[in-house]
Amino acid sequence: MDKKKPKKVFVQGAIPPEKIAQSIANHQSKTNIGAHSIFLGQIRADEVNGKAVGAIEYSAYEEMAEKVFHEIREAAFSKFDITCAHIYHSLGKVKTGELCLFVFTSSAHRKIAIDACTYFVEEIKAKVPIFGKEIFEDETHQWKVNK
Amino acid sequence: MKITIKYFGILAETSGKKEEILEVDKGMSAAELKGRQIKTYQIPEEESVQLAVNQNLNTEVELKEGDEVAFLPPFAGG
Repeated sequence: MDKKKPKKVFVQGAIPPEKIAQSIANHQSKTNIGAHSIFLGQIRADEVNGKAVGAIEYSAYEEMAEKVFHEIREAAFSKFDITCAHIYHSLGKVKTGELCLFVFTSSAHRKIAIDACTYFVEEIKAKVPIFGKEIFEDETHQWKVNK
Repeated sequence: MKITIKYFGILAETSGKKEEILEVDKGMSAAELKGRQIKTYQIPEEESVQLAVNQNLNTEVELKEGDEVAFLPPFAGG
């Protein structure tokens, strides 16, 4: 059932580190799992023309983003023999050093879990309509573009 | 016919709008609409702008009454 139902991906603000610990704890009863792979995206204090990024404010075309997240999930479950997968992405302001993306894949064996996790991250960066305003410490801003 | 246009990220900033309802000619294509709005709001880097018609990036379509067209700047998730 895990893969059929669209899941809520967006969270307001930074993803608290406790959520990662809690997610791991939640999987300890699933004893068919032998490997988890976790990706955490963290806001980097990039420097542009001598000014450092202090935060990124995320926005999204939410209805389409939820649909694309679901399509990525469906594709991942048909490509990889994963037990489960969880994705969380921030909306709103996330300060440097805080977490904005949490991808968590689980499988019986490590390679599948790792490959699926990488697949999710690359697909999310390429296909989901999420936009990021990089706010500098002096309150000016520029718009982030994924490399 | 009426269509709804949504602008995101830097495009909402450039156009000064998040959403507008426009009356356009029947049979207008998504590409024609893109050209028109880019000119209206003098949006730079036209090639970086993607359109989604009813949440679908395939824009090889003729627009229909009630369509929702989103103007999307480069994605920056993760």
